[in-house]
Amino acid sequence: MTFRNAFCASSALAICVAGTAAFADGHSATITIATVNNGDMIRMQGYTDQFTEETGIAVEWVTLEENVLRQRVTTDITTNGGQFDIMTIGMYETPIWGANGWLVPLDGLSEEYDVDDILPAMRGGLSHDGTLYAAPFYGESSMIMYRTDLMEAAGLEMPEAPTWEFIREAAAAMTDRDNDINGICLRGKPGWGEGGAFITAMSNSFGARWFDMEWQAQFDTQPWLDTLNFYQGMMQESGPNGYPSNGFTENLNLFNQGLCGMWIDATVAASFVTNPEDSTVADSVGFALAPDTGLGVRSNWLWAWALAIPAGTQQQDEALQFIEWATGTEYMQLVAWNEGHANVPPGSRTSLYENPVYAAVPFAQMTLDSILSADPNNSTVEESPYVGIQFAAIPEFAGIATEVSQEFSAFYAGQQTAEEALANAQAITNEAMEAAGYQ
Amino acid sequence: MARAVTNQRKALNTALAWIVGLAIFFPILWTILTSFKTEADAIANPPILFAFDWTLENYSEVMERSNYGRFLSNSILIAGGSTILGIIIAVPAAWSMAFVPSRRTKDILLWMLSTKMLPAVGVLYPIYLLCIRLGVLDNRLAMVVILMLINLPIIVWMLYTYFKEIPGEILEAARMDGASLKEEILYVLTPMAIPGIASTLLLNFILAWNEAFWTLNLTSVDAAPLTQFIASYSSPEGLFFAKLSAASTMAIAPILILGWFSQKQLVRGLTFGAVK
Repeated sequence: MTFRNAFCASSALAICVAGTAAFADGHSATITIATVNNGDMIRMQGYTDQFTEETGIAVEWVTLEENVLRQRVTTDITTNGGQFDIMTIGMYETPIWGANGWLVPLDGLSEEYDVDDILPAMRGGLSHDGTLYAAPFYGESSMIMYRTDLMEAAGLEMPEAPTWEFIREAAAAMTDRDNDINGICLRGKPGWGEGGAFITAMSNSFGARWFDMEWQAQFDTQPWLDTLNFYQGMMQESGPNGYPSNGFTENLNLFNQGLCGMWIDATVAASFVTNPEDSTVADSVGFALAPDTGLGVRSNWLWAWALAIPAGTQQQDEALQFIEWATGTEYMQLVAWNEGHANVPPGSRTSLYENPVYAAVPFAQMTLDSILSADPNNSTVEESPYVGIQFAAIPEFAGIATEVSQEFSAFYAGQQTAEEALANAQAITNEAMEAAGYQ
Repeated sequence: MARAVTNQRKALNTALAWIVGLAIFFPILWTILTSFKTEADAIANPPILFAFDWTLENYSEVMERSNYGRFLSNSILIAGGSTILGIIIAVPAAWSMAFVPSRRTKDILLWMLSTKMLPAVGVLYPIYLLCIRLGVLDNRLAMVVILMLINLPIIVWMLYTYFKEIPGEILEAARMDGASLKEEILYVLTPMAIPGIASTLLLNFILAWNEAFWTLNLTSVDAAPLTQFIASYSSPEGLFFAKLSAASTMAIAPILILGWFSQKQLVRGLTFGAVK
């Protein structure tokens, strides 16, 4: 075969195969679901065959990393692309997208689904004007996970609801630099969903807020300065090296290797740190509510990964059927039966916590208490105009908070002072809010 | 003495080359090693290089969870199709620029290259909307065309550089012997530029294989290539390093093998005309 023949043949073959393959697929009862890559979602994918057997509806999964997923589904929903029949979205996106008419209201759920069983905090956070737009697959707050053995060795006892002052003292007492043990591990990584989420929730307990009632940024106030100085001081005394670039995964690794005395993060991490397959300290972990400063607001957040139907879908009924199956009580029973109660998606339904078997899971009660103590409609000491605890549910927040958290991380890394970081945050936020027409 | 110095320098250069080579290869080696560890070993501190319990569990889990074959065939189709289509378009374009240049040829070449300087996200929405209107979202043929257009400036530039090394007199002689334009390109120019065309093919196949922005944004199920496969194992929450490494190893294995077998051709093509 000459070069020309080989070249032409392979070109024609590639183009023809690509072309025919492009039009060959398709099934009328197939729904496509975009979701995040985490343990609970992957577990659900494993049970999808049962849903298909029961309903005849096939399911295609598009699993992506959280930030990629967010960009991907945002592009699709804002252009009415119709790529997905169900999207996994969070508490931040749901009320905004619902208000824009981009999501199908979930008012057609059956009686058996028992929508009233969904925890009120979750239901409130996933609704707009009283209409539910996404069903929670699992919910989370944040809490303290601590090493009971190190706490005992330090001669201290963790209260159920500690203050930040106690946490700082305990962290210093547990720190053992010679053995690489850090008293406390916290997120410092830039990003609104990483270090930004943590410092915002922490600032609430110090009496800070993002905006006043006129949507003016509040970074020039004393509570914000106190928050940043307290955080940085405590982390320098008792935190790990490189904490300004640590996020959830880095801290999870440190804790599981026995290198953290305390870790304040998502309640969903409780099942990871108590799993002996991954954690070297699984049998010596205790739990407590996220700390406060006595001002009446704790530093825990509220989040849910929820399933929503984009308005552009052609398969609304099938999508609703799947949501009822995946977020209903039957699915929870299925997981509990096959994999044990500790693996049931937590934080979404009241009935789960009324189950005596689930109540025996070591972190169940503290998870519920943390979720119940988080109120997205009343998250700050002083009145604020926004809904959300670790975020403000406005479209501009993600962009602004990412920039602000970069300024804060630069402060943690010693590249600028707290005053400079807050002044920059104030300027960035006010400029963006003015451009968006809030001021 | 002079001979000893030369030998010493040679040994030093060889050692340096090995160190640089190993440093470049180390991330790939580390990914491959991590893919055989348990999740706990994958995050061990200090890191374990070889002394861990080797396991194939990550591979079996990845194979169970994902349809690797579909992702792989999509990658081959999209990368292969876009590269071949690009060559078909670029050969005549590069011929005209190399052998019958106009006053604006240099400007056109620079303009073509300037399109590569535009951040891809800047045109995401227009391209996405265009795909919706044409009904080609998550479509393999559309991805072939889009990736071909993205890599076309590089293909044209590379071929133009190779063609410039070929004496125009040979083509003139062919014309005097009665060769038509088609015959001149197919039977005279192309065989002489085979090393250059082959390295262009290989390089663009690798570029298209690794392209992650457009393939992640414009595909979901039917046309999703291996970049989607890797992305599905990345997570900021939980422990997925070992499984992610297994998925990455499976995604890069075909292109590593291709690169390994064709490295001689690739180097020959890339250095074609470098020494006159």
